[in-house]
Amino acid sequence: MPAPDCRLGIDVGGTNTDAVIMDTDDRVIATAKVPTTSDITGGIASAIDTVLTAPGAEPSRISHVMLGTTHATNAVLERRNLRRVAVLRLGAPATLSIRPMFGWPAELAQTVSVGAAVVEGGIEFDGQDLSTLDTDAIARFLGEVGDQAEGIAITSVFAPVSPRHELEAADVVKRELGEIHVSLSHEIGSIGLLERENATILNGALAGVARDVARAMREALTAHGLQPVTYFAQNDGTLMGLDQALRYPVLTIGSGPANSVRGAAFLTGISDSLVVDVGGTSTDVGVLVNGFPRESSYGVEIGGIRTNFRMPDLVTIALGGGTVVSGDSIGPRSVGYRLAEEALVFGGTTATLTDCAVAAGRASVGDADRIGPHRARLTEALARADVMLGEAIDRMKTSKDARPLIAVGGGSILVPDQIPGVSEIIRPEHFDAANAVGAAIASVSGQVDRIFHVGAGGRQAVLDEAQEDARERAVAAGADPDAVQIIEIEEIPLAYLTSPAIRVRVKAAGALGGVPGRQLAARLAQQARLADTVAD
Amino acid sequence: MKRLLDPSSLRALARGCAVLGAGGGGDPYIGMMQALQATEDYGPVALVDLDELPGDDLIMPCGMIGAPTVSIEKILNGDEGGRLRENLEFMTGRKVAALMPAEIGGSNGLVPISWAARIGLPVLDGDGMGRAFPEVPQVAMHLAGISPSPAVMTEERGNLIAFRTISGHWIERLERAAAVEFGGNAASTEYILTVAQAYTGTIRNSISFAIRIGEALAAAQSDPVAALIAEIGAFHLVAGKVIDVERRTTKGFVRGSVIIEGLGADTGKLIRLELQNENLVALERGRVLASVPDLITVLDSETADAIPTERVRYGQRVTVIAFGCDPLWRTEPGIAIAGPRAFGYDFDYLPVEELAGARA
Repeated sequence: MPAPDCRLGIDVGGTNTDAVIMDTDDRVIATAKVPTTSDITGGIASAIDTVLTAPGAEPSRISHVMLGTTHATNAVLERRNLRRVAVLRLGAPATLSIRPMFGWPAELAQTVSVGAAVVEGGIEFDGQDLSTLDTDAIARFLGEVGDQAEGIAITSVFAPVSPRHELEAADVVKRELGEIHVSLSHEIGSIGLLERENATILNGALAGVARDVARAMREALTAHGLQPVTYFAQNDGTLMGLDQALRYPVLTIGSGPANSVRGAAFLTGISDSLVVDVGGTSTDVGVLVNGFPRESSYGVEIGGIRTNFRMPDLVTIALGGGTVVSGDSIGPRSVGYRLAEEALVFGGTTATLTDCAVAAGRASVGDADRIGPHRARLTEALARADVMLGEAIDRMKTSKDARPLIAVGGGSILVPDQIPGVSEIIRPEHFDAANAVGAAIASVSGQVDRIFHVGAGGRQAVLDEAQEDARERAVAAGADPDAVQIIEIEEIPLAYLTSPAIRVRVKAAGALGGVPGRQLAARLAQQARLADTVAD
Repeated sequence: MKRLLDPSSLRALARGCAVLGAGGGGDPYIGMMQALQATEDYGPVALVDLDELPGDDLIMPCGMIGAPTVSIEKILNGDEGGRLRENLEFMTGRKVAALMPAEIGGSNGLVPISWAARIGLPVLDGDGMGRAFPEVPQVAMHLAGISPSPAVMTEERGNLIAFRTISGHWIERLERAAAVEFGGNAASTEYILTVAQAYTGTIRNSISFAIRIGEALAAAQSDPVAALIAEIGAFHLVAGKVIDVERRTTKGFVRGSVIIEGLGADTGKLIRLELQNENLVALERGRVLASVPDLITVLDSETADAIPTERVRYGQRVTVIAFGCDPLWRTEPGIAIAGPRAFGYDFDYLPVEELAGARA
């Protein structure tokens, strides 16, 4: 039997769950596409079963599995399976003018929170204590809410400058409550107290969802006698280990679009391009810069809650293969994964954009004869969909020069061969599994976002320190030290302040280390311990 | 009373303050959240005009001094404004009748409202700048010959400093240094004046103006940028894409430039913005289109939300507008402290409408 050398990438989308197996030479060995189930876990298990039994799959060769999903977003939107969290902020007497969770949708706050406290503590921007940490007040608060809390979310003022008060508070939690899920803001978000606190609370709420997904994956893999090293894709398209994903599920909340963009880059070998990902219900247009998705300059809102996560900069429109065409209107309703039953060309009674593509001769799927008398109307609707798509693409362009466009996703047969402002349209092989490919080939990253004081060494010394720190974090997360590169660096001077300080954001990423021998054994042992906590 | 500042007017005010920030003053979001919580807890604040207040009582211009980046992390305690007022009344032996933002542009346009709610005082419909400026003495009160002293500065822990300085220059210098010691940001009041003095010594009606901007944006059906331009009589300088951003920091100022390439009807235009915390000058091929003290604001072309200088990024689709400042800034002393030469430029100020007229 050959040594395990293949990766299994899985991407859970709104309509479909995709899986792909790739070998060490990054060749695609097998792909699978199954409907996403409402419990998420059923679709994952089914995708794993399908891809592992595909011709040439050789399950015994799987050494790593990477999962990308937007399930966490949906859990928040649907208030499903959310844990109850005690909210602890370290920052009094500062910050009292805005209480934790102020501005949250009321019933979401009620679902998630068992209580909140703002106690003395926190850090200044120069690293000094804002006030002395009040550990007695923390213990008292934990005494009040400990019975009902399933997790504790801890946020200190300027934790990105120094995490020491958060770490000390976590020790108090351990002493008072023993083993309970603890979310620390410095591991989760960047500067911006309210947004980081929101993300930290959501993280605590999502711990159960992450555990369920990890468990479903493990069960599906175990059924095939597999025990690969498991990774989760993050919002930026890079990977984190299972241990990290269970502690920090909120960081995996929106990895889908990043996976598609990265997958498109990989499948074409192009590192700078526009990317369009057409699914069953919606189309995302993103931009590939240096092989990674361009990030949005604003934090995203999740279920009406402001966070400071940077997500891929996307324009999303309600156009997909299953989008319903009725009368003069196109969408936003979609038949989703029921396309194969409901579309006209598949014997159904609902006119969809897939039918339009067949009517216009752009695609040949199903039975074109079933279009019958609708041909003219559907062809005309497709022309209007083309205009909508063209506008979305134009909004993402950064110059008037024509740019190449990579078309991926199961619905990308809808994309016309000519679009204004697009120099060429590239349709790679395995286009319909680009998201799962993106998960399978993802690299591992480390990020720094901190305020630095510009000392004697000047600005360059600060930038060097930040880059070194980001590299170390990437390696610690499993990146091959020789392959780590700085992929993004941004410095923002602090305005209106005479003391020189700059906020520096650096991201480093590199391919997964070989994970051979001892390191692999250690990772698997650690994972087995985690698996026990996952299984109960 | 002109109106009650309820949650919907506070949301409109926040959008207006961002537009009047001319790129500076910090994100009004935190100030808005503070004001929303304070008015929820203590009741809405009355927005009043000068005629409603006793002539001998004091107007307290106030706000935050320091780095906006600090204020999004180390959020206010909430009691700072009450402490400023208490000490000011103790030092002067007079009553504070109303609070007033020292600066309407950016987050400082909202912070005094959260304090007013807590201490049960009204807010005067006016401010010291009609926009955002980087320095404490760049206020209408300074132009009217009001003394910066006594000034008071405090922070969340309760530390407090009272200042008696010989000039606006010294208040700027000492408060800025103290703000660093307080952790990068602090609350302050300076240039206090009587209600009678405020008729000529403040920029009048700027809170109503900011709310009007926010309401016009919210009411716009399809093209909020056009709605804003129509509402305030602004000049459209360019609609296009940010193709270059250059920023550096010197002595507490973010300086730099942004280049916007025109698209659509503006294809072929290339506009350069010079910035120093705020947008100072807009140039086209070396020709000045607008400059301080007039306001130059970069808007998101789609939503018309104002984009602060530190958030302008390559590739953004933006529309740059310029509009006239308060007439106080167009006087000789106004131009001397807030015109292009005050910011180190070697050209004379011309009002934005004259520059536009000369081009047409």
